[in-house]
Amino acid sequence: MILWESPVPLRTSRARRARLSLLTAGTASLALLATACGGSGSGGTAAAPENFDYLSVTENTTVKAALTGMSKGACKAANDALPLKVETVPQASLDQKLQLLAGQDALPVQFAAGNAPALTQELAGSGKVADLEAKLKELGVLDQLQPAAVSTIKALYGGELRVLPYEYNIEGVFYNKKLFADNGVKAPGTWTELVAAAAKLDAKGVQPFSASGQQGWPITRLISGYLYRSLGPDALQKVADGKAKLTDPAYVKAAREIAALGKKGYFGKGVGSIDYDTAMNQFLTGKAAMFYMGSWALANISDGKQNKIGAADTGFLPFPAVEGGKGSVDQYPSNVGLGITLASKSFDKKTGDWVSCIARNYGSTALKDQGAISGFKVNAEVEDANEVTTQVRDTISASKRNVLWFEALFSTKATTVSQQNAAGLVSGSTSPEKFMQTVQDALAAQ
Amino acid sequence: MHRVLGDRRAIAILLGPALLVYSLIMLVPMVWSLGYSFTKGNTINGFTGNGVANFSRLLDDPAVRDALWFTLKYAAVVTAGQVIAGYLLALLYVFFLRRASALIRTLVFFPVVLPTVAVGLLFQKFFQVAPQTGPVNSLLNALGFESVDFFGSAGSAFWVLIVMDIWRSMGFYAVLLFAGLVDIPDEVLESARLDGATGLALIRRIVLPLSLPVLMSSLVFSINGTLKVFDSIVALTNGGPGTGTTPLTLYMFQTSFTYSDYGYGSTIALLLTVVCLMVSLVVYRVSRRDLTEG
Repeated sequence: MILWESPVPLRTSRARRARLSLLTAGTASLALLATACGGSGSGGTAAAPENFDYLSVTENTTVKAALTGMSKGACKAANDALPLKVETVPQASLDQKLQLLAGQDALPVQFAAGNAPALTQELAGSGKVADLEAKLKELGVLDQLQPAAVSTIKALYGGELRVLPYEYNIEGVFYNKKLFADNGVKAPGTWTELVAAAAKLDAKGVQPFSASGQQGWPITRLISGYLYRSLGPDALQKVADGKAKLTDPAYVKAAREIAALGKKGYFGKGVGSIDYDTAMNQFLTGKAAMFYMGSWALANISDGKQNKIGAADTGFLPFPAVEGGKGSVDQYPSNVGLGITLASKSFDKKTGDWVSCIARNYGSTALKDQGAISGFKVNAEVEDANEVTTQVRDTISASKRNVLWFEALFSTKATTVSQQNAAGLVSGSTSPEKFMQTVQDALAAQ
Repeated sequence: MHRVLGDRRAIAILLGPALLVYSLIMLVPMVWSLGYSFTKGNTINGFTGNGVANFSRLLDDPAVRDALWFTLKYAAVVTAGQVIAGYLLALLYVFFLRRASALIRTLVFFPVVLPTVAVGLLFQKFFQVAPQTGPVNSLLNALGFESVDFFGSAGSAFWVLIVMDIWRSMGFYAVLLFAGLVDIPDEVLESARLDGATGLALIRRIVLPLSLPVLMSSLVFSINGTLKVFDSIVALTNGGPGTGTTPLTLYMFQTSFTYSDYGYGSTIALLLTVVCLMVSLVVYRVSRRDLTEG
């Protein structure tokens, strides 16, 4: 049975068929090319931005809330010309998103510039990041940045002003004054006293520390804390310069001290499953006595809905001194939070208006509305929300020297490896030697 | 019709567009990816030639060895678990539940239709120790045992992963193997019974050899799926603690997209392709031999 018969005799239509096949193939390839090119079209051109697009991380709510508030208040004019549009991604996916956007030349107007300064440097090296020092000078607002914040940024970003100081943080140990007093524990000044305080609290059934093992960095910060107190403020710079290795005995000792806290169960159960919010919540609801964190946590501490122990009962300690160590307690790890920068391509006049407005108003808005300290000058009279905020602000102005955190000078890979393995260090599944070796290997691979 | 299909040009016209699309979206990226393994760089800074440096790095990288070992261990255990559990379920459906098996079949098949991420979160909560004690730990506590931090060590996290993946997919293999078992003619089983074969002997001597082709297909399906496992691990442990449950796929993904090292990522992907190819060849060879014997 013949199912289909060609209406044209096959032998005589060879030329036509050849044309047809060429046509079919040509159409298919054109269609594919058109589809393939479609994706990059939106970001590939240098058209003026339609929105003040801001890409940030889900975990950081302070900057987003302050900017949104400003878009309706002090920066309403800039917002009417270029409306603020916030997009967030989980912090763990940020680097990947930035790399893909940068590859397509489609970075938003303003964006969180990566989890490690190394990525920001890479983006800046390829000309994707605006030269903020020149831009701010041009706009006449460079003097709105606090000099201490500018010097911290320059220390992190190879001597350049690569990000805006939306936050200016120092880090230390927040503690529950009431739990300390109830259990007869004094605020510790040295590492030995800290360990003794933890032991006493633990014996009385109070979990000494809360920390997010899922994030990892709240644990590696303790290692760097011990390192710059024992070996001096340049301990990690030496590692970055190749003059020392994380596997050197003095460095491994720091990891061993932190692992020992974990071994005794001072971080509570299942530290690897504790996320950032849970760790914060454990401290703010009085379930843990101490919480190593940056001063950005003041936003949560000042919020009565979150802070059940009360801001008045929340104290702040510098990372304790290590007996016989080369570091000093007036050296604070400082940072500008998650670096937030602006793309060079979309930096036009309207963006400039936004940036000027932010530089002039962000400092007071963030302090007033969020209780958060930034690296912008506070241009309006703002009363501190509570004693601990005043204490942190005083500490910042009295701080003599900045030190950098554990991963500050690491590559993206070494940062991830360090933070991924931190929970294992305190839960006992990774030995201190193995942990430092793994991170050192990741550093060597860069 | 015969004249049309006998003509090479007609075949070219009919196959050409499909072949072109297939080549552009499948073969070109594969070759492209192979090309990347000889480069270093990323989308920000561009790519430069790197010779065979990525391949020598692959040989020296302890993380690759760990990930490869984990992948093979995972594939072996989950494949065995999926197929054995599936086969036992299929035997249960055919020989014990018989016509009443429809409800049980549906219930056991149900996890297959659930999204992997949802199943991952479910098991995370099920086995968690903090911030809340999960049902498994509550049960352990009720029986007088201490809570276990299942995700705190690579060993226990591995077994949670195994339990989850077997639970998630055994229903699929049960249905697949059930289809093979119902194909066995009743007369054959009847005559075997008349010859005195019952219970285990019947299964070992009659059912197993007759269902071997479908069993082999299940093995090929399962081993290829498990060697390329990604989503369930990302959802449950994200490769942790540390890199304790990181398979090659996840290491490749992190290298390429998190560390922005596309060249080395492509080299790891190539290793994974070679492993999949070799394992598939072995399974096919074994299955062919068994079929001719059967």
